[in-house]
Amino acid sequence: MSIKEQASYLSETVKQLRPSGIRRFFDLASKMENVISLGVGEPDFVTPWNVIEASYHSLEQGYTAYTANAGMIELRNQISHYLQATYHVDYHPEDEIILTVGASQAIDLALRAIINPGEEVIVVEPTFVSYAPVVSLTGGIPVAVQTDAKDEFKLQAEQLEHAITEKTKAIILCNPNNPTGTVLQKEELVQIAQVVQKHDLIVLSDEIYAELTYDEAYTSLAAIEGMKERTILISGFSKAFAMTGWRLGYVAGPDEFIQAMLKIHQYTVMSAPTMAQHAALEALTNGRQSVVNMKKSYRQRRNYVVHAFKEMGLACHLPGGAFYVFPSISETGLTAEEFAEQLLQQEKVAVVPGNVFGESGKGHIRVSYAASLEQLEEAMKRMKRFVDGVK
Amino acid sequence: MELIELLEKNGRMEIETIATMLAMNKAEVEQSISKLEKVKAILGYSAIIDWSKVLDYEGVTAMIDVKVTPTRGVGFDKIAERIYRFPEVKAVYLMSGAYDLSVSIEGKTMSEISRFVSEKLSTLDSVISTTTHFIMKKYKHDGVIFEHEDDDRRIVVSP
Ligand SMILES: Cc1ncc(COP(=O)(O)O)c(C=O)c1O
Repeated sequence: MSIKEQASYLSETVKQLRPSGIRRFFDLASKMENVISLGVGEPDFVTPWNVIEASYHSLEQGYTAYTANAGMIELRNQISHYLQATYHVDYHPEDEIILTVGASQAIDLALRAIINPGEEVIVVEPTFVSYAPVVSLTGGIPVAVQTDAKDEFKLQAEQLEHAITEKTKAIILCNPNNPTGTVLQKEELVQIAQVVQKHDLIVLSDEIYAELTYDEAYTSLAAIEGMKERTILISGFSKAFAMTGWRLGYVAGPDEFIQAMLKIHQYTVMSAPTMAQHAALEALTNGRQSVVNMKKSYRQRRNYVVHAFKEMGLACHLPGGAFYVFPSISETGLTAEEFAEQLLQQEKVAVVPGNVFGESGKGHIRVSYAASLEQLEEAMKRMKRFVDGVK
Repeated sequence: MELIELLEKNGRMEIETIATMLAMNKAEVEQSISKLEKVKAILGYSAIIDWSKVLDYEGVTAMIDVKVTPTRGVGFDKIAERIYRFPEVKAVYLMSGAYDLSVSIEGKTMSEISRFVSEKLSTLDSVISTTTHFIMKKYKHDGVIFEHEDDDRRIVVSP
């Protein structure tokens, strides 16, 4: 018997999955030349040289085999120290930490470990684009909660409370947030934690941008009283250490959760890339100064870009972290999609329309300032010309 | 401190840009800069030039290790001054280790530098010996990598 239309073999879940709205802009922008891209969700720095060199060295030494399923114990020890020293949270290196293929895989593992079909997972919008699709892949139901521009997109306890039903199992919180750059402070986390505890939920806390906060001391959700036992902490090396291409992240949490994830991980991935683990070990042991330098530079550029948007007459809150600003473009009378598309066509500057990050991202654009100051200056000049033209 | 670092990287950065980036006002930045200039923490503003790219520039640079006998009372300072006063001398450092002064010198030709070393430098009373190294290629100078490809290797739009 000959094969039917291939699509008819696909799983219903996958067929239902919508392609990311970012994809469309990628296709548009990559067909054009000389585009200044502020649409990039990764650092403009190359990985610090000592980290690259450590990985070379490990390869020369012949470290080309699998590691333990959970990752090299030396690296888990370092991560454990690092989490303790930086965020005052204790995770046992033996059974509470797994090295993953980016934070991306950590998100997948965590959701697969806890979600039963039909259970609801709350996703806070505007949101990083992967959460809801991964929830759907596990058979769970993503439930969006909208945050408000007037609160600088900080999740309010009441907003969370409203979204909870008897089917709610977990909430995914991204702090600092991609795309808004917003950072929840300790008091705000305490408010959210109260709701979470009251309804007995689990939190997937994606703190991959935690190193990149610029104004106030950072608090991890896991450090809030009563939260460690119900938090799955997700982070990685991509953003803080400029290591996106190495594909290395990690997940830390109570041992029951982590052991369940390890079961999945050992069958689906075996172990995270070995050469990346050696690089990460160097990053944690000797990479602090590079992080401090990069962070300083992001902060300066953030200040510059926020100021530039104010000058254009577009409302833009001062985001406390990550490397994104999320100005409102509603002044221009255009939708975010129109704005981004016309800006790309007329001025060759790529940004991402806010609506791809969820309902409450409408009327906003995500602008990454992980670009050189020269590029930012030129991009802001072009954007101002564009905004003046349409207003 | 951050201000100095910015200027060290780019001495031509606009005051206004510096002010926005550091969340200061223009007057504060101006004041800080003139203070730094006054105490000579900032000595000047210069361009970083890759001379190998400058057409019809012919020149050579040498680094000379110099052993000297220090003079009573003034140590190495006197002899260092005798050397750094020559305009062709671009840098002089007092070093720990096998020799005392590291002298870097620019000239049009190798023979011009050789002449300087044999006639001016080694004839100084307190100079015991010199070892001259000519620079053949500059890969990195003052923290700047020459011949560096800094193309953005990221994809144009990503989550
Ligand atoms: C909020 C957030 N979480 C996770 C990731 C994925 O990171 P990784 O490269 O570690 O998979 C990203 C990358 O854009 C992100 O922005």
